[in-house]
Amino acid sequence: MVAAEGMLERAAKVGRPTVVVDDLHITYRVVGPRPAGAKGDGASALSRVLSRKQAPGMREIKAIRGVTFTANHGDAIGLIGRNGSGKSTLLRAIAGLLPPEAGAVYTDCQPSLLGVNAALIQTLSGTQNVMLGGLAMGMTPTEVREKYASIVDFSGIGDFIDLPMTAYSSGMSARLRFAIAASVSHDVLLIDEALATGDAEFRRKSETRIRELRDEAGTVFLVSHGLGVIRETCNRAIWLDKGLIKMDGDVDTVLDAYEELVER
Amino acid sequence: MTIGDIERSPASELAAQHGLTPIGRQPSLVSYTASIWERRHFLLAFARSHLQADNSESRLGQLWQVLNPLLNAAVYYLVFGVIFESSKKIDHFLAFLVTGVFIFAFTQRTIQSGAKAITSNIGLVRALHFPRAVLPLATSLEEFLRTGTSLLVLALIVLGTGEPLGWSWLQMPVVIALQLVFSIGIAFVFARLTAAVRDVAQFLPFAMRIWMYLSGVMYSVTTLTDKFGANHEWAATLLTINPASIYIELSRGALLADHPAAGWYWYAAVAWAVIAFVLGFIFFWRGENSYGRG
Repeated sequence: MVAAEGMLERAAKVGRPTVVVDDLHITYRVVGPRPAGAKGDGASALSRVLSRKQAPGMREIKAIRGVTFTANHGDAIGLIGRNGSGKSTLLRAIAGLLPPEAGAVYTDCQPSLLGVNAALIQTLSGTQNVMLGGLAMGMTPTEVREKYASIVDFSGIGDFIDLPMTAYSSGMSARLRFAIAASVSHDVLLIDEALATGDAEFRRKSETRIRELRDEAGTVFLVSHGLGVIRETCNRAIWLDKGLIKMDGDVDTVLDAYEELVER
Repeated sequence: MTIGDIERSPASELAAQHGLTPIGRQPSLVSYTASIWERRHFLLAFARSHLQADNSESRLGQLWQVLNPLLNAAVYYLVFGVIFESSKKIDHFLAFLVTGVFIFAFTQRTIQSGAKAITSNIGLVRALHFPRAVLPLATSLEEFLRTGTSLLVLALIVLGTGEPLGWSWLQMPVVIALQLVFSIGIAFVFARLTAAVRDVAQFLPFAMRIWMYLSGVMYSVTTLTDKFGANHEWAATLLTINPASIYIELSRGALLADHPAAGWYWYAAVAWAVIAFVLGFIFFWRGENSYGRG
């Protein structure tokens, strides 16, 4: 009887929704190349402005076209689908970084994207970038100093840490970026293809770290083209196709169906 | 269903049951300000790192901070001092001109780099979560740090032209502080405008140039107000309360022995700083959720 109650309690916590996505639409507006035949000179652009017509090159890309699902505490969800199916867009929308066109994302915390690339400055040294990246992710200077040794150690770039990042090989940069990004744990963690960096040894190390982060986090979303990685780390998978959910369920069921279609 | 009934989807019902709130809601002004304060270390590190990175990119590095207004001053001296002979109408024209050029350049640079604060850091905006006001604040701080050296050069030039070092020089930090607050306010406005319509950044240099020519950088505003004052009183008033010329006149009052600034200039300088900063900040804050789109 007691055991049953304990199970119920755990089930209540594990099953608790952490992220609810409700009929989400995300649209990008881009100025693309003109369709063939349209005039591209200054005079016709001016006449468009004067007659208040939209530029012919202005296009709307509906990246997400009505996605609804609920992620629960303890879920590790793999997002799969072809290039351009909206995986990364969905991740950014859950992180609150892309304002929705319609619909909403509900959560009780701040979901965080694993990644710090945009904050770093190539001409500065690794040391300076560890500080800058850490602060950009919301750490305090004391926290960054505390974690500094373990970040440098994890990246394995040794004495290069004092050199500007322009002197790094692309593998070394990727390792330092991952080491900085993975130094913080989050309630809801969003990972975009982060596993595919560095050499075999670093990949093994980063996979272990991802698993640790997953255990610390309540909910994890993982975008990857490596189906093996998703099968290993996730319990659930969502298959996106042209901005819509094609299938949502147990990881093996969804991945088997996806593989069957891809192989065909 | 009657009008006014809010249609709720099952998903939003579920979210409400578990106390989940929609992401990307407009933060309150107070919590927004608090979150900027929490990110103050990032703001500082961002400004310093970008300053350092910029300086390491060109060979003469930080020297350009000084060379740029110096060369500008040389051009204006040639045109207005030598060709149009303003130097005969205005005493100590060189010190007068250099002060105007350096002071206006500070506001101009702060506004122009603030205008690009969101658009040139769009990758950062799309990757990490932080109050976006950190960006225009950081670019303004960066410009302020740059200006430090060029103000030192300004002081040396003014001394070199024979102006005495006096107690009034102590007003200078106050003028610069007020000018900085004013410029940040305007930078907030243009940061949001440029984020919405990128063409604003293209148009801004022209607006800044016309503003400079109206601000008495290379001539005395009083010659214009004397000329138009009788027929166009409103134009004369506008020219007189123009914030750029107020900060320039206060700087001349502090640095030059024979260009005293009227007392009301101080009230105007404070008023402009407060109005621009408060309105600019609120304007920027209201667009918080639009940054990063498109």
